[in-house]
Amino acid sequence: MDIDQIYKAANLLSTFHDPEAPKLSINLNRVVDSQLTKGLDVDTRETESGVDVQINIQKGVVISRPVHLCFGVTDEQAVQRIKMDIHVEEGAQIQVMAHCVFPQAVDVKHLMDAVITLEKNARYSYLERHIHSQDGGISVIPNARIHLGENARFRTDFELIQGRVGLIDMNYETICAAGSVMEMTAKINGTHDDIIRIHETGHLNGQSARGVLTTKVAVRDRAKAEVHNKLTASAPKARGHVDCKEIIQDQGTAVAIPIVEVNHPKAHVTHEASIGSVDSRQLQTLMARGLSEDDAVELIIQGLLS
Amino acid sequence: MEFLRVIDLTLSLNGNPILDHLNIDFWKGHIHAIVGPNGAGKSTLAYTIMGLDGYQNIQGSILFKGRSINGLSIDERARMGMTLAWQEPARYEGLAVQHFIRASAKDKSDHAINDVLEKVGLTPKDYLHRAVDKSLSGGERKKIELASTLAMKPELILFDEPDSGIDVSSLRKIFNIIHTLKAMGTTVILITHSLDVLKQADHAFLICHGQLIDKGDIEKISRYFEEECMSCDHKNVPDPKENP
Ligand SMILES: Nc1ncnc2c1ncn2[C@@H]1O[C@H](COP(=O)(O)OP(=O)(O)OP(=O)(O)O)[C@@H](O)[C@H]1O
Ligand SMILES: [Mg+2]
Repeated sequence: MDIDQIYKAANLLSTFHDPEAPKLSINLNRVVDSQLTKGLDVDTRETESGVDVQINIQKGVVISRPVHLCFGVTDEQAVQRIKMDIHVEEGAQIQVMAHCVFPQAVDVKHLMDAVITLEKNARYSYLERHIHSQDGGISVIPNARIHLGENARFRTDFELIQGRVGLIDMNYETICAAGSVMEMTAKINGTHDDIIRIHETGHLNGQSARGVLTTKVAVRDRAKAEVHNKLTASAPKARGHVDCKEIIQDQGTAVAIPIVEVNHPKAHVTHEASIGSVDSRQLQTLMARGLSEDDAVELIIQGLLS
Repeated sequence: MEFLRVIDLTLSLNGNPILDHLNIDFWKGHIHAIVGPNGAGKSTLAYTIMGLDGYQNIQGSILFKGRSINGLSIDERARMGMTLAWQEPARYEGLAVQHFIRASAKDKSDHAINDVLEKVGLTPKDYLHRAVDKSLSGGERKKIELASTLAMKPELILFDEPDSGIDVSSLRKIFNIIHTLKAMGTTVILITHSLDVLKQADHAFLICHGQLIDKGDIEKISRYFEEECMSCDHKNVPDPKENP
């Protein structure tokens, strides 16, 4: 199986064959394609089981086209370790779309360690979309530590809604300086005996720092989810919100552990969490339009995770 | 023709009789109205006909197109051709209007989805991609509910308070749709305590305290409703003198 089959599985053929599109493509521990653009420096080093990647966006550079990263594993059995060090210099802006594609995985472990630094006024948006096989033998263990400089803006969306989850154990932590804005969202669809563990932490350390942690999870069959959201606010006018929504069906179980910690009288953090089965009014409305109960639940979950 | 018949229908909720030996015959292709004061049991009757959770444990029977639907699930009833539009429609986080409507549509083409949105007075390009969630106003949500019932092309629609949360000009549109539905052969049951809505019907049933008080043409029922019910001080308990 070659890289094109990965692109195909992720519906990315045209993106990755576009000669103008900035991109970096990795199959297990080999860099198979790379296309840079002015102001974007990428340095890669292939290791025994993965790739170390350093990305730097030079001061003031605004990269208007999204940069696509593809982390694929075509093998049935493998361990892939990716180390990423991303540095966005002062005032620079970049939008990254990462595609993690494991279409044949039977026993694949994908480990990601990322350090992301945004200098003053930098902007970084990161969408990570996973496409897995229908086999549950995948473990995805992403860790990221993100530092936001003054007035920097960081947004990340993590999506695992295609194929089986297997095991996901993610741990993201963001430290926010004055005036910076952070939004972290995770959407995961668990079925069979999938295990979902999410740790999302934000520290609103600077004055007027703002942050939102959002988690949307569905667990069906015997899947289990555990969501730990922590948001601390330690400076005047720091404001944050934690939002966790988990739908459970069948024998699924879900735990939400939101921690909000406020260390300054002029800071403000709110949280809302809801765990439960599909709302009965929503369900009955769709059934009154002729959908079976299963189809109605599917549509409601698709909506939530869309 | 016999279309929907409620026969000696009794339903108790938490030990309280809410529907009390109701007998109503809804003719095919007509616009019917069910009127009555707050708490009369109008919504309960609609929920019971649709077979919602908690409204299944009835005495008596409900016949739809000649077949008893007692014990059938909501979706089985819907697939026989009936649907219900709620007074306060549900909201769905993240679910796009187009997917919500398409799910119930008989004809799932873009053209058909656009068509029902236009019929309820919503510009498709402005709404197709919006979510059916809190961001819609109450009136917009209600119109989308109506659009999804239209897309389903049912034989019977139960409308619980079609006017609630709807402004005057939109209400006219909704009345037009109700008449279009009738022209297409759909049977409509309007649940209301508004005289304006009542006037759209061919005939009406007045219920109070879960009992049928009177039935007949609109003039007769609206007069009764205005003169007797609006000033009624017996708190929903039918006066035996008025109900011989
Ligand atoms: N689950 C329940 N348990 C006990 N009583 C109930 C339940 N649901 C409804 N009722 C009661 O049944 C009666 C009829 O309610 P219903 O909602 O059908 O009235 P309605 O005619 O639709 O009134 P409105 O015009 O206010 O919508 C009310 O007195 C209500 O309080
Ligand atoms: Mg009611």
